[in-house]
Amino acid sequence: MNNIYIQDVTLRDGMHPIRHQYTKDQIKDIAIALDKAKVDAIEIAHGDGLTGGSFNYGFGAHTDWEWLEGIAKQLTHAKLTTLLIPGIGTIADLKRARDLGVESVRVATHSTEADISAQHIEAALKMDMDVAGFLMMAHMNDPIGLAQQAKLMEDYGAHCVYVTDSAGALLMDGVRDRIRAFQDILKPETEIGIHCHHNLSLGVANTIVAMEEGATRLDASLAGMGAGAGNCPLEVLIAYLNKMGTEHNSDLFQLMDIADEVIRPLQTRPVQVDRETLSLGYSGVYSSFLLHAERAAKKYKLDTRTILNELGNRRMVGGQEDMIIDVALDILKKKEANMPDAI
Amino acid sequence: MSKTKVAIVGPGNIGTDLMIKIMKNSTNLEVCAMVGIDPNSDGLARAKRMGCLTTAEGLAGLEIMPEWHDIKIIFDATSAKAHHHNWAIVEKYSDKKIVDLTPAAIGPFLVPTVNFTENLKVRNVNMVTCGGQATIPMVAAVNRIAKVHYGEIVASISSKSAGPGTRANIDEFTETTALAIEKVGGADKGKAIIILNPAEPPVVMRDTIFTLSEQADKEAIRKSIHDMVAEVQKYVPGYTLHQEVQFDDITEAAPVFIEGLGYRHGLKTTVLLQVVGAGHYLPEYAGNLDIMTSAALATGERLIELI
Repeated sequence: MNNIYIQDVTLRDGMHPIRHQYTKDQIKDIAIALDKAKVDAIEIAHGDGLTGGSFNYGFGAHTDWEWLEGIAKQLTHAKLTTLLIPGIGTIADLKRARDLGVESVRVATHSTEADISAQHIEAALKMDMDVAGFLMMAHMNDPIGLAQQAKLMEDYGAHCVYVTDSAGALLMDGVRDRIRAFQDILKPETEIGIHCHHNLSLGVANTIVAMEEGATRLDASLAGMGAGAGNCPLEVLIAYLNKMGTEHNSDLFQLMDIADEVIRPLQTRPVQVDRETLSLGYSGVYSSFLLHAERAAKKYKLDTRTILNELGNRRMVGGQEDMIIDVALDILKKKEANMPDAI
Repeated sequence: MSKTKVAIVGPGNIGTDLMIKIMKNSTNLEVCAMVGIDPNSDGLARAKRMGCLTTAEGLAGLEIMPEWHDIKIIFDATSAKAHHHNWAIVEKYSDKKIVDLTPAAIGPFLVPTVNFTENLKVRNVNMVTCGGQATIPMVAAVNRIAKVHYGEIVASISSKSAGPGTRANIDEFTETTALAIEKVGGADKGKAIIILNPAEPPVVMRDTIFTLSEQADKEAIRKSIHDMVAEVQKYVPGYTLHQEVQFDDITEAAPVFIEGLGYRHGLKTTVLLQVVGAGHYLPEYAGNLDIMTSAALATGERLIELI
C-alpha cells in the first residue's frame, strides 16, 4: 500500500462552523500544534477557498493573506496547502498564496464541471505546486461519470483527485464504487483522495472504505471541525489507523489534546449530527449551507429542515448560498398564500 | 426608414442568436453579412439560408467586398484574440463602429441602461460579460440613491449554457465582471462569483446582487431598482425581480470586514433576479446568452440613431 497522507482541514473547512472568524493567532497556534503532531498537510483558507470572503459566504475575520502570512516558515513536517474554487478565486489569488509559501493546492469544482479547472491546475503546475482536483458534491454524479471527470483533472496535470462528499450524503457502497471507478480509469501514479462529511455519521467509515479501495490522501479535521456535522474527525481516524496497524506519521495523543482543549471550545454552534446536519446528508445539500439556512430560518421564522429539503429538491450545488434566501422567501410566500400543499 | 446594414463576425451560438434577433425585432438594423473562418460551419450555412452575405475568410474577406462600404456596425462575437485582429481592420474606417461581445475589452465597458450616453463617440465598445449585463444595472440603481461601497454579484447559469470559451477561462468572467461593477456600477470595490449548475431540465439564469452602501431611504432604493428593472426589460423582457428587494442594516457595532476596504457598515441591499431568454435561437434557460445579444442589439440600435 502507498503511504497514507493525512491532510488536516480544521483551518479551512473548519472555518464554516465559526463563520470564518479564526484569529491570526488561533490559525498560527493550531497550525504549529498540527505540525508538531505530524499531520502531512495543513489547509488554510476561507471555508469557500481563497477570496471566499463575501456577503454570499460570509466575510472572514481576516483576509486569506493575513491568515497565511508567516505560517510556512513555522512548519517543519507538514505541507502548507490551500483551496481554490474556480468561479470564486482566480489564478492571481493562487499566485499570491504561492508567494506566501503555500506549496500545495486543491482546485475544486462541482462533480460534473471539471473542465473549468484546467487553467487553474495548469497554472499551479507552472508555479511548481503539488496540485489535486477536488470533485465536490460527489453524490450528484454516478461512479463512472465522476471517474470521467477525475480523468479530465488528471489530463490537466493533477497529481491527485478527490472524491469530495460535500453533502455527507454518500453511503459506504457509494464511496466504494466511486473509488473503484477512479482506480479503473486513472493512471496508477495518480493518487486518489477522500474528503467526507459526518452528516450521516459515516465520516470515519467512509474514509476507511475509501482507503481500503486504494485512496491514500485522507482528509480529516480536529474534533471534526468542518461544515455541517463536520468532517472525518482526525483524532478518531488516527486511532482507527493505529488499531488497524496502518502506517502513518501522526501522533494520536497530541491530536486528542488539541481537539478537546483547543478546538471543541471554539464550536459555539456544536459540530455534531443533529436534526439540521442530519438533514444535510439526508437531502444531499452542501454542508456549508447549514449556518446560512439556520440564519434564514430565524429571520423568516421557518424550520431549517424545510429550507434544506427544498434546496435539495432544487438540486442546488455548492456555492449557491444566495438561493437559501430565495428558497426561504418562496416558502414564506406559499405559507402566506395559505396553500394547502405548502411545502 | 431604410435600415442600416450591419455585419456579425462569429457564426456561433451568440452570433446566430444576434442575427435572428436583428432579423426578427430590429426596426433600424439589417444583417448584411455573417463572417466566419470555416467554410463548412453550420452557422455560416444557416446565415446564407437566411439571406445573409457570407464569407469564410474572416473580416478581411468582407473588407474587400463592395458591400463593406455600406456596413456601419460590426458585432464581434468571436474571441478576445480574434477581436484584436477585427478591431485593427474596423479602426481604419472612421464611419464604422464595433460592438465587442468578446472579453477583449479594448474599448470601454458598456451597459446600455447605465452608461450609454458616456460612450456616444467611442468607436469600440465592450459588452462586459453576461453576468455584468445582468447585474451592473442593479448596482448602479442603488448607487444613484446611496453611494455603494461594495458590490457583489453571484451569477448562476445552467451548465449547458456555458460554452467552451467560458469554461476554458472562467477567471476572465470573475475579473472582468468585478472590474465593471466598479467602473460602470460605481462601487468602490466589486466582486463577482459564477456558479455552473448541471441540473436537468436546465436551470434558468439567476443573478443575485448584494450591495453595501451608505444608509439611505430604503423605499427610494427599492423604487430605483424597480425602475431600472423596467429599463432593462425594454430589451430583455424576461428580466425580472424574483423576490422583493431585501434590506439588512449592518451596524457600526457589528461591521463586515471587506478585503480592500476594511471594516464597513451601512445598508446591505439584496436583489434576486431571474433572466429568462427570449428563446430565439438559444433555449429560454440561456438567459445569460440572451442578455448579451440583447444588450448588443440595443447598443447597436442606439448607436445608429446617433449617426
